[in-house]
Amino acid sequence: MSAATPGRAVPTVRVQEAPFDLAAEAAALTAGRVDVGGLASFVGLCRADDGLAALVLEHYPGMTERAIRRIAEEACARWPALTGCTVVHRHGRLEPGTPIVLVLTASSHRAAALESCAFLIDWLKTGAPFWKREEFADGRPARWVEARAEDDAAAARWADA
Amino acid sequence: MRILYFAWVRQRVGVAEEEVAPPAAVHDVAGLMAWLATRGPGHAAAFAEGRQIRAAVNQEFAAPGDPVGAGDEVAFFPPVTGG
Repeated sequence: MSAATPGRAVPTVRVQEAPFDLAAEAAALTAGRVDVGGLASFVGLCRADDGLAALVLEHYPGMTERAIRRIAEEACARWPALTGCTVVHRHGRLEPGTPIVLVLTASSHRAAALESCAFLIDWLKTGAPFWKREEFADGRPARWVEARAEDDAAAARWADA
Repeated sequence: MRILYFAWVRQRVGVAEEEVAPPAAVHDVAGLMAWLATRGPGHAAAFAEGRQIRAAVNQEFAAPGDPVGAGDEVAFFPPVTGG
C-alpha cells in the first residue's frame, strides 16, 4: 500500500453487501470544507436486460479493496485538484433497479471532478476483481458475464490522456 | 502455496481454495497452471481454457511468466466484470 502523498486526497474505498447512501457519502466528502466547488457522482445500477432476475457479484476479499484503492489513488495523482473521492462497490445478490457501485469525486472546479469520475468507473470495470453471474426469471441456467472489449477500450482511452 | 479460485474457474475446479506443494520445476504462473491442470478432471476442465484465465500472485495481477514460490497466495479467475 503506497504512503499518502502530502496535499493529495486520500480516497475512501469500501466493498460491501449492504446498500449505500449517496447523500450521506456526498455529505461526508464535503463536511467541514469550503474549498469544494464541484462534486461529481456516478451510480451504476443493475438493469433487467434479457429477463434478468438478479446479478450475483463475487469478489476477492482483500485484493478487490486493494485494487480499487490503487485505481482511486491513481485518480488523485492524475487530478491533483481533487479534494476527495469515494468508491463503494457492492457484492452479493443484486436485483434489477438496485445500485451496484458508487463513485464520488470532489474538487475546487468541475473539470477535475467530472473527468476523474469517468476515469474511475472506466477503470473499475476492467481493473477491479469482480465477477458477475446472471440469474434469470424464466428458469434458464445462470451464466457468468463475459468481459467486454468495449470496457477494455473505455479504460484504455485514459492511457493517452 | 495457497491457491484460490473465483467465478467459473472455482465452479469447474470444485473448491474455492486449496493448499498445494508443487514440484520444484514449477517456478512461474504458467508452470503452476499446467501442473494444477493435472490434479483432477475438474482442474483439467478449468485450465483447458487457460487463455481465458487470469492470475494474481499475493493479490497483485500477474502475467504467465511471473514467479511463484512456497508461501505465495496465487489466485486464478476469468477476466473481471465489475462496475
